[in-house]
Amino acid sequence: MAVSQMVGAKIHRREDPRLITGHGRYTDDLTRPGLVHMAVVRSPHAHAQIRSLGVEAAKKAPGVLAVYTAADFKDVIGGPATFPVAPVFAPIKLANPPRYPIAKEEVCYQGEPVAVVIAESRAQAADGADLVDVDYETLPAVMEIEAALKAGSPKAHLDQKDNIAWDVTYVPWEATDEAFKGADVVVKERILQQRLSPNPMESRVVMAEFDAYDKRMTMWLSTQNPHWIRLFVAGALGMGEHSLRVISHDVGGGFGSKISPYPEDYLVPASAKLLGRAVKYTETRTEAMQNAYAGRGQIFDVEVAAKKDGTLLGMRCTQMLDAGAYIGTFGAFQTCACLMAGGAYHWQAISSRSVAVLTNKITTDPYRGAGRPEATHVAERMMDLLAVELDMDPVELRRKNFIKKEEFPFTQNFGLTIDSGDYEKAMDKALKIVGYDDLRRKQAEGRKHGKLLGIGLSTWIELCGLGPGAATGPATGGVVLSESAQVKIHPAGGVSIYVGTHNHGQGNDTTHAQIAADALGLPMEQIDIRHGDTNEGPGFGYGTYGSRSLAVGGIAILRSCNKVIDKGKKIAAHLLEAAEEDVVFDQGKFHVKGAPEKSKALGEIAFAAYGQLPEGMEQGLEAVAYFEPPNFVWPFGTHICVVEVDSETGAVDIQKYVAVDDCGNVINPMIVAGQLHGGIAQGIAQALFEEMVYDDETGRLRSATFLEYAMLTANEMPAIQLDSTVTPSPTNDLGVKGIGEAGTIASTAAVINAICDALSPLGIKHVDMPATADRLWKQIQNARPASSNGKEARK
Amino acid sequence: MKHKVATTVNGQHREHEVEPRLLLVHYLRDVVGLTGTHIGCDTSQCGACTVTVDGKAVKSCTMFAIQAEGKTITTIEGMAAKDGTLHPLQQAFWDEHGLQCGFCTPGFIMAADYLLSQNPNPTEDEIRRGLEGNLCRCTGYVNIVKSVQSAAKAMNGKAKHATTAAATAGGE
Repeated sequence: MAVSQMVGAKIHRREDPRLITGHGRYTDDLTRPGLVHMAVVRSPHAHAQIRSLGVEAAKKAPGVLAVYTAADFKDVIGGPATFPVAPVFAPIKLANPPRYPIAKEEVCYQGEPVAVVIAESRAQAADGADLVDVDYETLPAVMEIEAALKAGSPKAHLDQKDNIAWDVTYVPWEATDEAFKGADVVVKERILQQRLSPNPMESRVVMAEFDAYDKRMTMWLSTQNPHWIRLFVAGALGMGEHSLRVISHDVGGGFGSKISPYPEDYLVPASAKLLGRAVKYTETRTEAMQNAYAGRGQIFDVEVAAKKDGTLLGMRCTQMLDAGAYIGTFGAFQTCACLMAGGAYHWQAISSRSVAVLTNKITTDPYRGAGRPEATHVAERMMDLLAVELDMDPVELRRKNFIKKEEFPFTQNFGLTIDSGDYEKAMDKALKIVGYDDLRRKQAEGRKHGKLLGIGLSTWIELCGLGPGAATGPATGGVVLSESAQVKIHPAGGVSIYVGTHNHGQGNDTTHAQIAADALGLPMEQIDIRHGDTNEGPGFGYGTYGSRSLAVGGIAILRSCNKVIDKGKKIAAHLLEAAEEDVVFDQGKFHVKGAPEKSKALGEIAFAAYGQLPEGMEQGLEAVAYFEPPNFVWPFGTHICVVEVDSETGAVDIQKYVAVDDCGNVINPMIVAGQLHGGIAQGIAQALFEEMVYDDETGRLRSATFLEYAMLTANEMPAIQLDSTVTPSPTNDLGVKGIGEAGTIASTAAVINAICDALSPLGIKHVDMPATADRLWKQIQNARPASSNGKEARK
Repeated sequence: MKHKVATTVNGQHREHEVEPRLLLVHYLRDVVGLTGTHIGCDTSQCGACTVTVDGKAVKSCTMFAIQAEGKTITTIEGMAAKDGTLHPLQQAFWDEHGLQCGFCTPGFIMAADYLLSQNPNPTEDEIRRGLEGNLCRCTGYVNIVKSVQSAAKAMNGKAKHATTAAATAGGE
């Protein structure tokens, strides 16, 4: 690679000019000639049988063109298909009911589609949908994890024998017997992870148009991975992938909820085919909150064993996961919480098990961090609980048990190899910035006056850059998450690079161009980065999720650039009349070793590449590269949160938030900071506010609008102080690690640990999320002896 | 039955026949064809659809198109100068990395424009409170607040505020 000029620089995002002027191309901004609109008739019940479906009144409504039910789609969806239903990638599938895009007889969650109405306008489609008359017989619903585990509980689907979707023991309990026998202390806790609405600001939109003569379908939709959607939908519609083009221009956020396929991804193109018109479906926010694949929804039962001096011995961790009504396509990825629960520390042994149950709620699937925020929360909460039990400073407990920097690459208890790290360095830097010792003094002083000040640490690590087939294959039943890039250097020297990842806010168009500009020694302006159209570029792209666009996608770009440079050397050798092995490529120019004054620019080589070449040499200057990473990458860091809890109201005031993170080499520091800001905000929001709440009686979602679901506003967001350390990854050519999910992975534990630390004088050891004022106030009231109620604050 | 509505949008006179139930945001997007104004919720919480109406920030999902009769509307597409020079707020959002997916951005810029028209030197707290009606899921608001601070600085050198000027002049 040439001397780095772009990599590491704060380059302003090239995608911004269209977005700040209102010229983005989000799917709902697009239209087609003769476009018609689809509304979906959905089950209002969590669990019911459809007795009858009356569509006649809707069909006669003004503007309505068609009303389709399962029977109408029978011949269009699931013909001679590879994937007649949404696929499920899981190592073990027990109760795994097939998920059709539209219900036939039984509905298993509120929002499951039963019919679609297509009309000339969106309003007419919505009016028509109101006229579809569905007679339901409601059935008992199972809404909670523990209820679902009980033998006599209602079943999420009528024909199941139980609700167990999977039950996987990674390491059996006997393996930790010795560690627990030798322990001086054992700490146990039940830790909850509430269900979350992913809530990208753009809800999902799908538009499709079928060309009946050429038998080609085009789909525009808001997705994180157009190629996966093409694979699934083409299969379901019985079309070859060559006949289906999936386009995903600007996407208004994903956070994991736009990875797996949705019912409308099938129903819209199928309707376009049935009707012979272009069809668009625009999800309302309430539909999005009911039907977007939810995050988290887990219970962890954890116990840890340690010696008196703080040496960690053993951990036992059971994850109980609410899979929802159907197993999510990539839902099983969340089990990685079990493999990561040991965090940044040495353990003699860890046992873990994941049990997933079906419930009558929308499916859960990866949501920013997916499994790793849960693992961090478990590891970091247990460290603090243990510190309290041992009366030890949580910093010293961590320091004592950290995997040390000289031990990397380090193979942890589950056989995963952590590439590189220096956990102590990041922690010490964060402690210094926050002024830890002073804060502890201030805390001790404040406690004398009843002030509830708390300091919480999260010395997080994560696994990302999904991912090596050796790990993802067995965990998913065979999925490999490689990444592709294609570089074309055109005759006049312009460069088009097609990537298989997808940019929906991560700034890839800019960072990817920075990498290519350095690799090719060209100005960024000469390089176009293209994504989001399956008719362009390599045969398959794997998409953007799991903090992979740089650590996997970026390497594919670098390698495709290197391939064209290798070809360029052959052409340069011919033009410079030298041996190929004597040709050097430096800063965009080829020259003969030792003679830099006589050189050929890449543009000149490109022009020559399309002209007459020596015999045996093929024209063209383009290349495709696929990169399958040899390992995950493992970023880490320390977040410290300082809170004050109001003992009278339970309100939490975040007074300081310091984050020192290490994602290896940095391509664009501005973008890294932005990713951290947003990630931390999402974690703080989970810790304090957000929760999907269902009605116990009816199984309906009560938090179905932004009025009931508490999203963080600018007013609640505390100031964040960022810093970093740099420990490059040895497993890829750029030494980079992912950073897209880090903030969310780290932050819930820092906030909750701070709150628990604040409440510790009251004897409160653990607080679950969301730590709303109401929940904390109740805990504070219960913790105080009745006679001393309120005494603390009056002192 | 359709009603006639006449508005001035980004300095251009517009006349259309619309259904009385048509929301202003759908009028702007589907009838006028300006899709920079986005829709992020159904309940007027998210602010993605914020525009200015006679100089005041309005969530355009809270108004019917026919209520905009005779009014002057500025959308995100009307913020940059005709020669393409970005409005200081647009420039600041770009410079300060005030956006990621960009979906909420037009609403934030329009809300911030109104905020600065009322309070050209807001404190950080005033900015945070002033933008409380807009939701962003990507940025944690850190760089949005910075963008507004930086735009305020840049705009304080200028005599007149773009949309306020447009509103008082009844056109561009």
